[in-house]
Amino acid sequence: MRSIHEKSETQLASPILRVRNLSVDFVQPTGRVSAVKDVSFDLYANRTLAVVGESGSGKSVTALSILRLLPYPKAVHPSGAIEFDGQDLLRLDEPQLRQIRGSRIGMIFQEPMTSLNPLHHIEKQIAETLLLHRSLTPQQARKRVIELLTLVGIPEPEKRLKSFPHELSGGQKQRVMIAMALANEPDILIADEPTTALDVTVQKQVLELLKSLQQKMGMAILLITHDLGIVRHYADDVVVMHQGKVVEQASCDALFASPQQEYTRTLINSDPSGSPMPIPEQAPTVLSTEKLRVWFPLKKNLFGRPTAWVKAVQDVSFQLRQGETLGIVGESGSGKTTIGLALLKLLQSQGEIRFLDKRVDHLNQKEFRPLRRKLQIVFQDPYGSLSPRMSVAQIIGEGLEIHGIGSEAEREQRVIEALKEVELDPDTRHRYPHEFSGGQRQRIAIARALVLKPEVIVLDEPTSALDRSVQCQVVELLRNLQQKHQLSYIFISHDLAVVKALSHRVLVMYQGQIVESGTAEQIFSAPREPYTRALIDAAFFYGQKEKVQV
Amino acid sequence: MRQRLSRMLASPINQRRLQNFRANKRGYWSFWIFLVLFILSLGAELIANDNPILVSYQGKLYYPMFKTYPETEFGGFLPTETSFRDPFIIEEIESDGWIIWPLIRYHYDTINYDLQVPAPAPPSRENLLGTDDQGRDVLARLIYGFRISVLFGLVLTIASSIVGVIVGALQGFYGGRIDLYGQRFIEVWSGLPVLYLLIILSSFVQPNFWWLLGIMLLFSWMALVDVVRAEFLRARNFEYVRAARALGASNGLIMFRHMLPNAMVATLTFMPFILTGAITTLTSLDFLGFGLPLGSPSLGELIAQAKANLHAPWLGISVFITLSLMLTLLVFIGEAVRDAFDPRKV
Repeated sequence: MRSIHEKSETQLASPILRVRNLSVDFVQPTGRVSAVKDVSFDLYANRTLAVVGESGSGKSVTALSILRLLPYPKAVHPSGAIEFDGQDLLRLDEPQLRQIRGSRIGMIFQEPMTSLNPLHHIEKQIAETLLLHRSLTPQQARKRVIELLTLVGIPEPEKRLKSFPHELSGGQKQRVMIAMALANEPDILIADEPTTALDVTVQKQVLELLKSLQQKMGMAILLITHDLGIVRHYADDVVVMHQGKVVEQASCDALFASPQQEYTRTLINSDPSGSPMPIPEQAPTVLSTEKLRVWFPLKKNLFGRPTAWVKAVQDVSFQLRQGETLGIVGESGSGKTTIGLALLKLLQSQGEIRFLDKRVDHLNQKEFRPLRRKLQIVFQDPYGSLSPRMSVAQIIGEGLEIHGIGSEAEREQRVIEALKEVELDPDTRHRYPHEFSGGQRQRIAIARALVLKPEVIVLDEPTSALDRSVQCQVVELLRNLQQKHQLSYIFISHDLAVVKALSHRVLVMYQGQIVESGTAEQIFSAPREPYTRALIDAAFFYGQKEKVQV
Repeated sequence: MRQRLSRMLASPINQRRLQNFRANKRGYWSFWIFLVLFILSLGAELIANDNPILVSYQGKLYYPMFKTYPETEFGGFLPTETSFRDPFIIEEIESDGWIIWPLIRYHYDTINYDLQVPAPAPPSRENLLGTDDQGRDVLARLIYGFRISVLFGLVLTIASSIVGVIVGALQGFYGGRIDLYGQRFIEVWSGLPVLYLLIILSSFVQPNFWWLLGIMLLFSWMALVDVVRAEFLRARNFEYVRAARALGASNGLIMFRHMLPNAMVATLTFMPFILTGAITTLTSLDFLGFGLPLGSPSLGELIAQAKANLHAPWLGISVFITLSLMLTLLVFIGEAVRDAFDPRKV
């Protein structure tokens, strides 16, 4: 491990915050679980320190312990000190700590949707920290709120004062959160995954904003993230965490130029890569739609007739050939998931859907049921898509049972085969989902789809909830399975890197409509529409620097 | 099927629930005490009866509890049913055999004609908790009353849970119009004055156990509909429910296998409290005189007697202790069940 102190040429002043040997344990009925072990780092004014790691690495717990926001007394610190302004934050009492929270150290959370109180308008929420820590009159506070909103780039701040959180977009909410954190001009800003919940284009804007605010106000930023692309662009120093421990600590340039630890190297090189296998020219079309349309009624008149609609999907037409992957990309709310659900008749839709040379859109649920085994889906959330009360064998075997395939022994055999195909140990089939990690669960979900030997699998953001390194493995697995079984995929994702690695053709969706479609090569190298270009710019903006050679 | 059931019961979630249930010491012990009391009261005939369990007379064995014998069998004069309360018969048998008596020599409707004082008689060696105003043993009536109350409560709870879960499940699963009309119907139905209806109905028919059960069931099934409906509305959008549908599972299978387990948590948590409610309702109806038929051993009727005979405090005190013990045990059990299913602990 290299310490920051060795490269003293970058050290202009003494650190503003020192974390020394910080450990965090969680007390549980079954015993103590150690979440963070012996973490030390320094934070300097006007510099950004990024803490990176995969989920469960203890990075958020570290950040939360700085302001002592963990669920005490369930959480305990067996060792460590956090020195700020000559005081040890771990030893301060609650009133002293309140003087620091929100005033000297500000914090931004991951989820802007739930971090703002939905019942208060934004002026009240921002002014709250001002009134708490400074004795301002309401008029002065309002002036300051408008100043802050201008600072974080909210257009027409005077008109926005009385807006409620639900009237703002995700990016605007995160801007309001930043305004709240910066209201008292803190010395330190802790940003815990500030952009994870945002669309790529918005992500870039928010990070640029943070960068420019740092230049204006000179605060130190502690950036918690799992995204190395962001780190590479915005951090000055990096701490890499793994299983609660600091693996490597270096300046950003040094870390990316020559990572010292094996773990860091795998992390840096874990971008999904490769491209899909080409498909034969004469491959038959397995699934196609013609002017597919999904409208949700918004308002109804007196007689229950809808008078206004949300047009979630508008006139979408495409063809999917055997062995082909069709990527559907777009930001949240673009209707891409809706298409997937409509194809599986989990939502009502209009327009023609042809599956295996048969019109299926007018079939009712019962008539469609025999076809379901040929058309499967894998959902985004590997935690939500497996019933917690069923063992893995039951989950995978359920489809076989429903379609009456094979005897009990044959079904068992096919479950074992499916588990082998997704590279899981078949002996684990009697365990329950909670005993598996996110990546393993997603493999189980794939096995559930695969066991029915489908023709088409709709993959609805199958990698979004997974860590980058696990994503690569899943992408690899999907590609191998496609080649082996001549599967066709509809791959829905907002993550363009993953789509690029897997898709033959790509549809770009915006507000329910196809903006652009074409082969993957064409879309990624020469996008025609400005929207596509913006999307690709934002997504690949972080990966511009050359890859590290190992 | 049995294998699947045992595997389901052994699932880690259920094991953790069992642990949580055990961790609540008060509720866990209440559960065992209640179970023992309930099983004992199920065999009330063996504990409190005016017929002996076993009689040996002239080398022959008799089972008077299960079979009626004419008096002539035991040296009596009339071919009528033997009354084992008759001192003459007892003397006759014991001269050439033996008798095994139950713990308490009174059935709930046995009238003690040998009272030294006018009924209600205070506690004595013969009647441990005294007699009521018709000379019947209070302890025997309490044992039988406990049994009938708990049985009534259990049957009502289970029946109304089944109806409630089905209605709630259908409303929550299908939503839309079914849900709308169902909810409006329940609102109207729950607005009906239950007590008056019971009083009116009990003037049409002579209410027995099953009549009362049926009438109360008409109104008690609504307790669970709202929770179950809410659970189903929530579960409808779960991804694993969607996944099951994508696999081609039928509506019935989805409801039964994937959604019902969620709703069962709420249902089981509510059940002990519905049970206490049912017992209390039966007791209060009996107290008002609209409950079980005359002469049945019921706790409510005993309370009514206690109210009419304030000079006989043993009536009120013993029924009060029985009722409060029973309800307290049930509430403690209910708390433990609630702990066991607490999602924050699971």
